[in-house]
Amino acid sequence: MSRAETTDGTDVTAGTGTVEVVGVRKPSPLWTLGLLRNELVTTLRRWRTIALLGVLAAVPVLVGIAVKIETSDGASAGGGGGPAFIAQITNNGLFLVFTALAATLPFFLPMAIGVIAGDAIAGEANAGTLRYLLVAPAGRTRLLLTKYATTLAFCVIATLVVAVSALIVGALLFPLGELTTISGTRISFGEGLGRAFLIALAVAASLIGIAALGLFVSTLTNSGIAAMATTVGLLITIQILDQIPQLHSLQPYFFSHYWLSFADLMRDPVYWDDLYRNLGLQGLYAAVFGTAAWARFTTKDITA
Amino acid sequence: MAPYEADDNTNEDERPGRRRAARYVVPVAVVGVAAATIGLVPAFAGSGDPDLPEVTAQQLIEKIAASDVEQLSGTVKISTDLGLPSLGGLESGLAPGGGGGSGGEGSSADPSSKLLELTSGTHTLRVAADGPEKQKLSLMDKAAEYSLIHNGDEAWAYDSESNEAYHMTDTASGSAKHKGEDKKEEAPKDIPATPKDMAEEALKAVDDTTSVTVDGTVRVADRDAYKLLIKPKQSGSTVGAVSIAVDAKTGVPLKFTLTPASGGAAVVDAGFTQVDFTKPAASTFDFSPPKGAKVTEGADAKHEDTAHRKSDEDLGKELDGLEGLKTIGEGWTSIARFDTGGEGVPSASESADAGRLLDSLGTRVTGEFGSGTVFSTRLVNALITEDGQVYAGAVTKDALVKAANAAQ
Repeated sequence: MSRAETTDGTDVTAGTGTVEVVGVRKPSPLWTLGLLRNELVTTLRRWRTIALLGVLAAVPVLVGIAVKIETSDGASAGGGGGPAFIAQITNNGLFLVFTALAATLPFFLPMAIGVIAGDAIAGEANAGTLRYLLVAPAGRTRLLLTKYATTLAFCVIATLVVAVSALIVGALLFPLGELTTISGTRISFGEGLGRAFLIALAVAASLIGIAALGLFVSTLTNSGIAAMATTVGLLITIQILDQIPQLHSLQPYFFSHYWLSFADLMRDPVYWDDLYRNLGLQGLYAAVFGTAAWARFTTKDITA
Repeated sequence: MAPYEADDNTNEDERPGRRRAARYVVPVAVVGVAAATIGLVPAFAGSGDPDLPEVTAQQLIEKIAASDVEQLSGTVKISTDLGLPSLGGLESGLAPGGGGGSGGEGSSADPSSKLLELTSGTHTLRVAADGPEKQKLSLMDKAAEYSLIHNGDEAWAYDSESNEAYHMTDTASGSAKHKGEDKKEEAPKDIPATPKDMAEEALKAVDDTTSVTVDGTVRVADRDAYKLLIKPKQSGSTVGAVSIAVDAKTGVPLKFTLTPASGGAAVVDAGFTQVDFTKPAASTFDFSPPKGAKVTEGADAKHEDTAHRKSDEDLGKELDGLEGLKTIGEGWTSIARFDTGGEGVPSASESADAGRLLDSLGTRVTGEFGSGTVFSTRLVNALITEDGQVYAGAVTKDALVKAANAAQ
């Protein structure tokens, strides 16, 4: 990206030959990183972000305690219902990581991403700080990319918060050790941890699509609340549509359709097909709504 | 993106509206490229049929018979569309001992209840085999898997969703593993799940009422294969054609498709999407129930066997065990006939409610035999007459009526 920016700078100079463009300092590659670091710190230090992460960290605690109480008399957990993997938690605390991710992925995680992504541009516009960000010689494209990168970083952070919280709760409440994959074979605890990490990454990658969608919605409005509500509303709508059998032929293109494919990492050997499909779909959403957000944001009149 | 970077200062542009619209071309183009890729890639992938030396149908059948592949692993996609109404939970309830319907004794890991699921919808299975002693068949669910593992004397069924296991030893083992791998096995076979199993069933039916031809070549699961086309010569059968893709190198059937004579989507379509003929890892076949798993011992082997007789092509033959069974005709148009000895289906006049219900499920027909009700699926039709005779087979409705008339 930085290379392209530099080239463009010279293009402008050559093409228009105006004096004021020459006077602009060419942004160094490090400048983008500085902007990103600044954005990340600002985002993560907001109280609402901390509250969101707190709610996400509380989910595995609740699930862990509920399973512990339910099985204290020796009964098996779940009884066939509940989120995936819940039946295995009592025998191996590591399964709490998978259960917590399966429980938060349909709603809590994307909702948190929707809040952050929806807030990204519209929130700044709402607070009247967007014009100050644009006064800096960063350029709108670079600002948009930084905002998207911040949202993606939050995807990873949010997923890791759930996973680490679940791992700690699982280790405290339940035994750890060798685990049985859903294909019935055994893997060592170390490999299980490795797979848990891969699963966390797969879950984080599943959120790329909604992050891009949220960013696009955020460029459409000047109200942060409206952008968040629209993004979360779209999320719920898509989840409902994904359950309607008559829409069978459309469903493979819904961003949430392959979300549960992360569980395929617990098969032995791993079944990659749906995981690849999920990544491809998320990439497609990022490309479509990312460029749509760019088209909107770079041509928008900034009034706030 | 680069060409657009220069004009962040849009206000100075002469025709801002046009510039704005131009930028939206990018997301639209991305959507277009994606749609074209999704639409065109399968079309291109299907066009390159491999170039293989010519073989006759006889040679190909011999090749299947001579195939001695004992080690393989792969993924099978199986779609069945029998035209049956979706039974949902009823299906597992119908399986003897399954679904916990009998006072909570059943285990969800009981193979008889699980395998019935294969008779409708689309499923992805994984198969692995290493000689006659070690096989594994896994039915993949959302975030769960149901595995049948046969290793020597032991056979396990494991349902990861409920964390329940079902254990059988020695004699009963035959019914839990996936059939067809062990030719010495005499026990009645399971639902045929792999293309190989289905191909064997279809080839059994090959006689002089059948035309067998080699219908070109095809790529299946990234392997070159011959296409063997089996068609009934007789009219009146609901089976349109059976097509089997046979691996050119090993002679292993890779894909099995059964299309009905009425046209439309295949009734059964099972094929490898990925296959590997190297020896699977030994750990694949090792199973010990995880801590805390509920283990049910499968004591009654016989009970298992009867539960497993049902199969897609065998729906008509399912009536085997009943008394008074006769077979009319031969080959593809054979019709099973038996006498229930009872009243048969009540006609609408006798019992209005029951009659109306049955009419909504089947169609009423009349002939020289009297009158009766025909129940149709896409493959199997059954005629139940008012005097309690049942005619069933993979034949058209007219053929059933003709058979009933002739039997009078």
